[in-house]
Amino acid sequence: IVLALLDMSRFEPPPKDCPGFETEQAGKASACAGCPNQTICSTAPKGPDPDLVDIAARMELVKNKILVLSGKGGVGKSTFSAQLSHAFAHSGAYVGLMDVDICGPSIPRMLGLEGEELFQSGSGWQPVSVLDNLSVMSIGFLLNSTDDAVIWRGPKKNQLIKTFLKDVDWGELDYLVIDTPPGTSDEHLSLASYLKDAGGIDGAVIITSPQEISLMDVRKEINFCKKMNIPVIGVVENMAGFVCPKCKKESQIFTPSTGGAEKMSQDMQVPFLGRIPLDPLIARACDEGKSYVADYPDSEATKQFKLVFEKITTSVRENKRVV
Amino acid sequence: ITTRMNAVKRKILIMAGKGGVGKSSLASLLTLALAERGKKVGVLDTDLCGPSMAKLMGVSGMHVVNTQYGWKPVRHPVHDISSMGIDFLMDHPDAPVMWRGPRKTQLVRRFIKDTFWGRLDFLLIDTPPGTSDEHLAVVQSLKDARPDGAVLVATPQDVALTTVRKELTFCQRMGIKILGVVENMSGYACPCCDEITYIFRQGGAEALAQEHGLPFLGRIPIDPAMGACAEKGQCAFCECPSSVGVKAVSDVVDKLLHVLS
Repeated sequence: IVLALLDMSRFEPPPKDCPGFETEQAGKASACAGCPNQTICSTAPKGPDPDLVDIAARMELVKNKILVLSGKGGVGKSTFSAQLSHAFAHSGAYVGLMDVDICGPSIPRMLGLEGEELFQSGSGWQPVSVLDNLSVMSIGFLLNSTDDAVIWRGPKKNQLIKTFLKDVDWGELDYLVIDTPPGTSDEHLSLASYLKDAGGIDGAVIITSPQEISLMDVRKEINFCKKMNIPVIGVVENMAGFVCPKCKKESQIFTPSTGGAEKMSQDMQVPFLGRIPLDPLIARACDEGKSYVADYPDSEATKQFKLVFEKITTSVRENKRVV
Repeated sequence: ITTRMNAVKRKILIMAGKGGVGKSSLASLLTLALAERGKKVGVLDTDLCGPSMAKLMGVSGMHVVNTQYGWKPVRHPVHDISSMGIDFLMDHPDAPVMWRGPRKTQLVRRFIKDTFWGRLDFLLIDTPPGTSDEHLAVVQSLKDARPDGAVLVATPQDVALTTVRKELTFCQRMGIKILGVVENMSGYACPCCDEITYIFRQGGAEALAQEHGLPFLGRIPIDPAMGACAEKGQCAFCECPSSVGVKAVSDVVDKLLHVLS
């Protein structure tokens, strides 16, 4: 009887004696036998990837690339990305919002863009405009119906992300906000690797809810960022507290049984950006494609969001100065 | 795989498409509810990046044992429940699993092929959000073992429902029967004044079930007492059996057993 512990270093790509993805021997060496990536390696073209040069050219015009991550699903990444993009645009900046959640693209709906189509011009795919200074790209615009399921494996998802980075005519942007699906897999690894030679990712905002069940996944996400050298702008605790519309008392729906996101941020040594409470009107604004922050400027959630937004813009400005 | 799955009477996938709607929570509650009724249950967590089953089942930190018959899943301390997932194979719970598709597919296949479940009345398979590598791996591995079907979980909001519709499309394309739809986080009763607020809207999942002619298995409200049990890995049926959420889950199980029969 043997304790079957997966030594993570053994399973992290590449395998022992791996000849390297880019070499002539990739997929063909004896060490490749049994590696699940073998077929991809042996059939993929070798040498430096020309697409990375195209990506670098496009990203030259983008001042700040900000990832919105979580690890845990359903904590409000897309909601936050949409509101963050609106806030940047409202402050006068030129913003692009890129939705790389290929299986569950929520961004078109949240910005009132369901049913919009994409157009190609001589300079590339045109992102869909919400405002003069806010444009959006998502696989949602490529589907015939919102019921269409995108049942793609990793490699095809990666290809689409590459296309979003190299073929979309974003133009000059102050901010490119990239909304991601939950997890630490293909989409995240690909973004990091495709943007490596294009100035890298300027920062990641990590969203969580107060419960330990979310924090568990978020710690992994923070460690992912550390491993991939992605600077963490900070953690936002979403769905933190609910104010009853009738009696106005606050209750904790998602109990922070282990101290919530603030304690976790301290433990993981990353900045804590703030707490945003639950407001049923946020769900409605998302479903209707409206800007919650613009429509309800005096609500508690909007006030907290604005504090978080201030911290993000300050952090991004300061990081640039340091660099 | 066929040999192993022949010893399992019912194989049920728990899917959603949208993250954070309560797939894993529901999978763990259904597992506990079935065990309470004297069934032998296994639960397989195929979410490799964000596994929750170990925590929800109160067996965090335990490891599976490799035997000549395969990986022996972890036993629940109280109920007749066996659990399997990447949690039980890892030493460091905070280490991110930074794997691409093919490696994930390989491990999910191994979970199905190499886990020594023994005889089970039910095997519940929890999935990550989406319609990608892990889901294809589960469906393709179980092709000959013919799963009984999938339970779809949704919150009432349209944004969640859009993604659930995609999951529906996935099931239809893969030939998986949909046993029913559950509407989770359906309403929250303020502990002070009992006023019910529909934070994530109301009724959307039931309407979707009707629209597609699918059984509607029930609505589960946001229940902090039940949530607190989940946080601690305790059995909600043991700790707070009369709470609204627990009662709602029991009703869902009744309906599910009815659909299966």
